[in-house]
Amino acid sequence: MLSSDAVSDEPLRNRAAAADARPMSRAKKSGLVLVILFILLLAIFLWSFTVGRYAVPLPELLTVFFRKMFGLSATWSDTLETVLFNIRIPRIIVALIIGAALSVSGAAYQGLFRNPMVSPDILGASAGAGFGAAMALLYSAGSLTIQLVAFVFGIIAVTLTYLISRLIAKGNNSVLVLVLTGIVVTSLFSAFISLAKYTADPNNKLPEISFWLMGGLASITAKNVSLVLIPFVIGIIPMLLLRYKLNALSFGEEEAQSLGLDTKKIRFIYILCATLITASAVATGGMIGWVGLVIPHLARMLVGPNYKYMLPASVLLGGAYLLLIDDLSRTIFAVEIPLSILTAIIGAPFFIYLLFKGRDAWT
Amino acid sequence: MDMILEIKDASFGYSQKTVLRNISFNVGAGELLCLLGPNGVGKTTLFKSILGFIAIKGGEITLDGQNIKKWSKSRLAKAVGYVPQAHTTPFPYTVLDVVLMGRIAHLGPFSSPSRDDVKIAEESLERLGVSFLKDMTYTEISGGERQMALIARALTQKPQILILDEPTSNLDYGNQVRVLLQIKKLSEEGIGVIMTSHFPNHAFLCSSKVVLLNKNGFKIGKADDIITETNMRDTYGINVRITRLADNHGAEIKSCVPLAN
Repeated sequence: MLSSDAVSDEPLRNRAAAADARPMSRAKKSGLVLVILFILLLAIFLWSFTVGRYAVPLPELLTVFFRKMFGLSATWSDTLETVLFNIRIPRIIVALIIGAALSVSGAAYQGLFRNPMVSPDILGASAGAGFGAAMALLYSAGSLTIQLVAFVFGIIAVTLTYLISRLIAKGNNSVLVLVLTGIVVTSLFSAFISLAKYTADPNNKLPEISFWLMGGLASITAKNVSLVLIPFVIGIIPMLLLRYKLNALSFGEEEAQSLGLDTKKIRFIYILCATLITASAVATGGMIGWVGLVIPHLARMLVGPNYKYMLPASVLLGGAYLLLIDDLSRTIFAVEIPLSILTAIIGAPFFIYLLFKGRDAWT
Repeated sequence: MDMILEIKDASFGYSQKTVLRNISFNVGAGELLCLLGPNGVGKTTLFKSILGFIAIKGGEITLDGQNIKKWSKSRLAKAVGYVPQAHTTPFPYTVLDVVLMGRIAHLGPFSSPSRDDVKIAEESLERLGVSFLKDMTYTEISGGERQMALIARALTQKPQILILDEPTSNLDYGNQVRVLLQIKKLSEEGIGVIMTSHFPNHAFLCSSKVVLLNKNGFKIGKADDIITETNMRDTYGINVRITRLADNHGAEIKSCVPLAN
């Protein structure tokens, strides 16, 4: 037994020696990846203006930005001004935020619930927001009202999950009870959505609700920005500040406590913030799946599981990814393709690829 | 450094059920205490209560005379380190990442480990003689190596008391002994150690103090006095023979051998 142990140790030691010989530490490498991701995000951001309807060439775009920044007079048409500031920029910002919001929430939840298969809709935020939107659409509300009602119902659904699970667990906060309650609440609100659809007028309301749920940013204008931007900023700051502590939570409740963490407090803060940004994201863009599941895995693959790097990487990748998807959605065909269709068509095979690459860890 | 953990007339249990009553013992710097007892007797409940995972139902637990009941998690973590049974995580952290998490109690709410923290983590690995694990992936190393990484993580907390939950479970025979000798060395270096075990021989090997829990209550004393043929029969319901033999240096060691009839 001793000899077999010694033998099995040998290759490990050699591997360690090879690792020591690497010129760059893991931290430095992860930092570099973050810089590259930021540059990538910036490139996709600028490229997004140059494609689709009302495409603005890059030199002209930079002129506009430059002259605006220094308060110089406009050298461009009013149409361009309107398109750029009322439609294009809001849509790009919203796409970035939704992508970042869904993936950062997914990343946080995967650690919080110690499960790499978790996505941000696990506690009911998405189904709740979907139901809110369906109701608002049923009553022919305007786009801002739809966004607001959906946001509120997203929050209500998660609050319900949280309260019921606290009742069941009687103070012993059990992650399993929370997740199971989330599944129940999600399916309840999904049934409500079906009910709303069932009662909707099949000639106009039903397709409206269906299209809204599939996700899309075609109707986004400047007035929709604040209701997604403000919750995002409020929610993401604590998530980023506390991110190192998420590492300990992924080792489980008791271990995290023994390491000195007030787990109840940290978990509450993360659920609150993730709910805030997920509900506002879904309320603005519809039920867009896959982003919150796939992007954290990609981030983990690029910078490792340490949340110090992994969470910022998820923010940058998520933003870039959804912006790219939205660019595709408005350029591939004359008619816009709903976002959830594209995220699934691209996300599903990509996830299979990730599973193949990481299969040693899964099997 | 001379911190003493005292359990004074304490009762332990979950919400409705009291599992253990009127337990008193203490562990000082450099002492090694081995918690023996059959499954379900409350070993886990006891150390989870010391770690503050479960509220105690009576009596008190003090560290240097101070009741730890109101202590924050981070204050407790700086005094008491916990080594769970070797496990895997859902994510492929490096061993250094895992060991560094021992610094959390010492970090500000928004900060992550600094260069100095990395140094402390590396020292912990070195102290256990497993520096070679540093850059390996925690989920890919062997059970014994994972146990060492978790002990290193607890040491990185710079605790005066170390609590280990069956540190030898799931380890092969060689690794069991290696881990135990490492634990013994730590206690000789001045750390107070409490560990649970299923093997009386582990207590002999570490020449530790023993708390024996069984349905009749608890006994505390030196391994030699507690691990007797009668006590083992009362505790585990099996017949054993305690034998003595000499090691290579002529020192006497005892062994507890189960009998087939």
